[in-house]
Amino acid sequence: MSILVDKNTRVAVQGITGKEGSFHATQCKAYGTKVVAGVTPGKAGQEVEGIPVFNTVVEAVKKTECDTSLIFVPPAFCADAILEAADAGIKLIICITEGIPVNDMVKVKRALRGRDVRLIGPNCPGVITVDEAKIGIMPGFIHKRGVVGVVSRSGTLTYEAVHQLSTLGLGETTCVGIGGDPVNGTGFVDVLPLFEKDPETQAIVMIGEIGGDAEEKAAEFIKQHVKKPVISFIAGITAPPGRRMGHAGAIISGGKGTAAEKMRALESAGVTVVKNPAEIGLAVKKALGR
Amino acid sequence: MNVHEFQAKSLFAQFGVPVPRGKEITSPEAAAAWADELDTPVFVVKAQIHAGGRGKAGGVKLTKDKGAVPGLAKELLGKTLVTHQTGPKGRLVRRLLIEEGANIAKELYLSILVDRDSGYPTFIASTEGGMEIEEVAAHTPEKIIKEAIDPAVGFQGHNGRNVAFALGLHRIEPAVLNPFVKLMENLYRLFMEKNAALVEINPLIITKEKTLIALDGKVSFDDNGLFKHSDVQQMRDLNEEEPLEIEATANNLNYVKLDGNIGCMVNGAGLAMATMDVIKLAGSEPANFLDVGGGATKETVAAGFRILLKDPNVKGIFINIFGGIVRCERIAHGVIEAAKEVQMTVPLVVRLQGTNAEEGRKLLAESGLKLDVANDLWEAAQKIVKLTGKAA
Repeated sequence: MSILVDKNTRVAVQGITGKEGSFHATQCKAYGTKVVAGVTPGKAGQEVEGIPVFNTVVEAVKKTECDTSLIFVPPAFCADAILEAADAGIKLIICITEGIPVNDMVKVKRALRGRDVRLIGPNCPGVITVDEAKIGIMPGFIHKRGVVGVVSRSGTLTYEAVHQLSTLGLGETTCVGIGGDPVNGTGFVDVLPLFEKDPETQAIVMIGEIGGDAEEKAAEFIKQHVKKPVISFIAGITAPPGRRMGHAGAIISGGKGTAAEKMRALESAGVTVVKNPAEIGLAVKKALGR
Repeated sequence: MNVHEFQAKSLFAQFGVPVPRGKEITSPEAAAAWADELDTPVFVVKAQIHAGGRGKAGGVKLTKDKGAVPGLAKELLGKTLVTHQTGPKGRLVRRLLIEEGANIAKELYLSILVDRDSGYPTFIASTEGGMEIEEVAAHTPEKIIKEAIDPAVGFQGHNGRNVAFALGLHRIEPAVLNPFVKLMENLYRLFMEKNAALVEINPLIITKEKTLIALDGKVSFDDNGLFKHSDVQQMRDLNEEEPLEIEATANNLNYVKLDGNIGCMVNGAGLAMATMDVIKLAGSEPANFLDVGGGATKETVAAGFRILLKDPNVKGIFINIFGGIVRCERIAHGVIEAAKEVQMTVPLVVRLQGTNAEEGRKLLAESGLKLDVANDLWEAAQKIVKLTGKAA
């Protein structure tokens, strides 16, 4: 078992003829993901590494029965691309693009409210279910099938954690990057219950960072609903207030959203909070009694 | 991106939010001419820097004497203001806003930003205008009024009335009730149309003449939305930004200068923050945040290197790359090239992991450069801290 995606997931790549889109569509396919369609307006009839390209997502859905989309289109056109996928009946939309205006995401989030569709990202590495489907830009080879579910606001920091889990022989089930933007589709509290329900996942690694209160909300949820061990690292204890640390969402404003505050909330919910990012794997090992 | 008060107020005026008559001034001569034209009972001379707390730091002067205005301008221009937001070095005053004074009957607070949890643009209002809103929220949270706007339909009259009545405007000054609702609507339009991240009026005053005026104004913009607004881009004042940060932006690097001694270069924002944290855990302080991004190339690494070495506080450099899409051997080439080009005077520790890490480490080891290579994050952090003279 796993969450969100597996070997049966059928993926359409929006923006497949672009540099990023074609490279990653090829990589995902090579990993074993069923990449069945690509979408670029005006490029129907072309192929990218054997993947047929369509003009619209509606057409791609009709011809290939894709149920998931992976988005690489430039930021100015992303809101449109996400809504196009939702309107075409795609159930899981994974948006990799970084730099989408917040107000665009405000409108997208509102439009998706109450609908049977899940958006992951934007500004995220995507989702991987190890040995089944890689739908994103993460390096597949660092993953090893195992027992830990990973959910994270960051990209390369997630790879760091995954590398530790794989090296220690613990391995991962599914890794979900929820992205570093202030307004996004999926939060920790959406992913945690999926891991809690997944029989194969024995422990959860949650990687947060400064800014917002997603980690505090997650702490509340964990206290009430999560019985599996949760191990967490929060990046940015050294970050000064008022400065945006790369991610649009990683900013301490009005004294809120500090790493210390988040760590306190998580610890009081029974989460193992590691201060040293090099010790995430070891903390999981300990929590699992291995 | 932040803008000056005079720029925020010009946007307010453009969107129908009332502001005092005023003008940006950069010389005492211009101040004299403008004072003549303004001809008002009270003149207000305000230093324009990108930091709050100007009043307490002596950056705002009032006078009833028109003849005194050029002197005040001369006093403030070229002065370095130190406020609680500028840091100890302060900020040089290069421009002023000179405007008419107002008869204050009551000060309010009003701002709009996106609530991250709901994803809705949300107004924050309080009767405690003129104070630090964080202080008000911390000590008297009941005095903070919030109103979320549904982005699907935009601002509605009831949104404004909810705030106006909660503030008690019907008791304070009924004459401003409807203008207040209209002002909120205009502020919402400004916020959405210009891709603002924050629009704040503090204080928003009710005058003795029963009108509303935005006496101070702050607008910051969503960097991701700037491409839509050439008028806003032109408001950027590079004097208010850290020179190394400007250079970094020009090279597509994400750099924030900090106060420590260990320069770090990392791919990815989360890992970059984690690297700063691990430097601190090992017993030292990071000199910066630097994310070379997912598309790091030889050139960006070289540019990052040059920026790190320009910071005189840097006593050692820690490069931490987790290769994914970025291939470690390319990073290694960038490091080698940059290190040959610039005079390396400080210790360097490079940690490569992920895609082609082995190859990258080999290249570095054979380069003849004086550097330490590490596999593990914690090992690398301890090494650089030790090399710069502070033990963990």
